[in-house]
Amino acid sequence: MMPHVLTRSLDRSATIFLAVVAAVGILIPLSNLLLPAGSMFQVPTYLVALFGKYVCYAILALSIDLIWGYCGILSLGHGAFFALGGYAMGMYLMRQIGSRGVYGNPILPDFMVFLNYPELPWYWYGFDTFWFAAVMVLLVPGLLAFCFGWLAFRSRVTGVYLSIITQAMTYALLLAFFRNDFGFGGNNGLTDFKDILGFNVQADGTRAALFLLSCLALIIAFLICRAVVTSKLGKVLIAVRDAESRTRFLGYRVESYKLFVFTLSACMAGVAGALYVPQVGIINPGEFAPGNSIEAVIWVAVGGRGTLIGAALGAVVVNYAKTVFTSGPLAPYWLFMLGALFILVTLLLPKGIIGTFNAWWEPWKAQRIAANAESAALEDGVSVSKPNPAE
Amino acid sequence: MNALPTRTTSALLYLDGVHVSFDGFHAINNLSLTLEPGEMRAIIGPNGAGKTTMMDIITGKTRPDEGEVLFDGITDLTRLDETRIAELGIGRKFQKPTVFESQTIQDNLLLALNVDHSVRGTLFWRETKDESERIERVLETIRLKDARHKLAGSLSHGQKQWLEIGMLLAQDPKLLLVDEPVAGMTDVETHQTAELLKEINKDKTIMVVEHDMTFVRELGVKVTCLHEGTVLAEGTIDQVSSNERVIEVYLGR
Ligand SMILES: Nc1ncnc2c1ncn2[C@@H]1O[C@H](COP(=O)(O)OP(=O)(O)OP(=O)(O)O)[C@@H](O)[C@H]1O
Ligand SMILES: [Mg+2]
Repeated sequence: MMPHVLTRSLDRSATIFLAVVAAVGILIPLSNLLLPAGSMFQVPTYLVALFGKYVCYAILALSIDLIWGYCGILSLGHGAFFALGGYAMGMYLMRQIGSRGVYGNPILPDFMVFLNYPELPWYWYGFDTFWFAAVMVLLVPGLLAFCFGWLAFRSRVTGVYLSIITQAMTYALLLAFFRNDFGFGGNNGLTDFKDILGFNVQADGTRAALFLLSCLALIIAFLICRAVVTSKLGKVLIAVRDAESRTRFLGYRVESYKLFVFTLSACMAGVAGALYVPQVGIINPGEFAPGNSIEAVIWVAVGGRGTLIGAALGAVVVNYAKTVFTSGPLAPYWLFMLGALFILVTLLLPKGIIGTFNAWWEPWKAQRIAANAESAALEDGVSVSKPNPAE
Repeated sequence: MNALPTRTTSALLYLDGVHVSFDGFHAINNLSLTLEPGEMRAIIGPNGAGKTTMMDIITGKTRPDEGEVLFDGITDLTRLDETRIAELGIGRKFQKPTVFESQTIQDNLLLALNVDHSVRGTLFWRETKDESERIERVLETIRLKDARHKLAGSLSHGQKQWLEIGMLLAQDPKLLLVDEPVAGMTDVETHQTAELLKEINKDKTIMVVEHDMTFVRELGVKVTCLHEGTVLAEGTIDQVSSNERVIEVYLGR
């Protein structure tokens, strides 16, 4: 089973992509830890954290591409699943602070003491254990996506309407998490983390390990996506994307397929958020902002919808551009540039970076396949066409 | 269910007193029609007569306001959705050929095969010998063997029609609803399609809608003429085409 799935999933470009991610995941931490600070090839710690952030965004982009690129579900609220995963991890990190907080309360995080919480709210129970939090990272986004999808897909909400309600979902969560009485730190969110699994989150070694783990998560997420899209289920997803009602008339329960892939995608986004939080050191309600989700969709469009590799690449490229521009004098104009980028890509590279590249490459590849098929047919000695009954 | 429990007949498809209106426009009016198992029926009628809408009702796309639609004498199709009806063994070819354009011809057929359609089943699916042989046979029948790796979107209109018929074959339903199969085909292709349908009819029940009277004549089966959502005439092609009303509303003098 496994070898079969692997050979199916790993075509040339997928293998190259994985090799690059693995190399980056190993070399960057090594250079950071082993080379002397200030040497030309040493990657400074702040860059490790920055690249780690990009890798998390790449996972988020993959999760969006899986549903949008392959099943035509345009979620403009995927940032919500990312943020929920992030909050689950943030809650664990808060509980790890223990009595080292400003108020020194062994159980209650600082913001709860400040807001006069008498005791820990029940939904914070269990988050002092890593494994519980790790399960929640998958479960909370997954469950929300499942419930949301069950309602939306069963009532056949599609297209723009679905996009709008996903925006509404993330906006509603934004408002809820802003409230102080919601129990997640309100406006300020969760921050001032001390350690993760006993390691100091600020330490170089921890940052390097988190970076490596993020790359590993990207590899796993990519493999899962590839296994899904190269299976027969992947063909059904594309069928749903291109001709949804036709798929129903063939006897496929379209809503089940959408629900499966939407839930899987939300879990992936949750993992991305969970890896993101310890690396950036904070999670606040701003992560639920509708704009974040839209930005993530732009990464996918730029990189190439329905190509997976393009989605990951788009996330890195756009965010790198963002880092460059927002740290320079052009900072106030970043959103205009992002908008312009989106319009330019839509007009000039409608298939995105990777999609455009494939459009060159595919005809050549198709020729090769056709040539192979022809020679195979000759070897088998199969007659190519059937005698014509009209004659 | 009503005063006539013996109504559940031997018919494979049974429509009785069906009404459908769209915003007050009566597309289907007291339509009654039965198809015996193994029968092939040609449906003719002017544009807007309700032929496609009738297929929409049978396949669960449109819910009738009134009336009975029974499959196999027992199953009330008006309560089921498209997926369930397809699972029961009713396959459909659309008026406007609808194939999965960005996938290969072979994959289109693979998707149509009546095998496990559950999420689990397709996720863990592996090609079996039986399935590839079935696909092979269909490819041969629809003469697209050489084009199997081509994208369906690159086919001509006529070839898409054939691919869709091929998908019906792969689906292997009990009842085939075929909406305007020869539109966009050359005379030779039209003739081949008639032959193919007759061949399929050897073990399947078929309802075929077509405007091409030469084609209908070639099928040589019972004909029903619809007009304004109801049956205007029924019988052999000669009976129907000599019917005064049919000539008036459809065939022209
Ligand atoms: N969903 C719908 N909403 C509103 N009107 C509809 C709908 N579907 C069909 N109609 C109308 O019902 C009538 C019957 O249409 P239908 O497509 O069944 O005709 P037809 O017999 O298949 O015609 P043709 O030969 O042109 O294919 C038409 O007047 C059409 O405009
Ligand atoms: Mg029609």
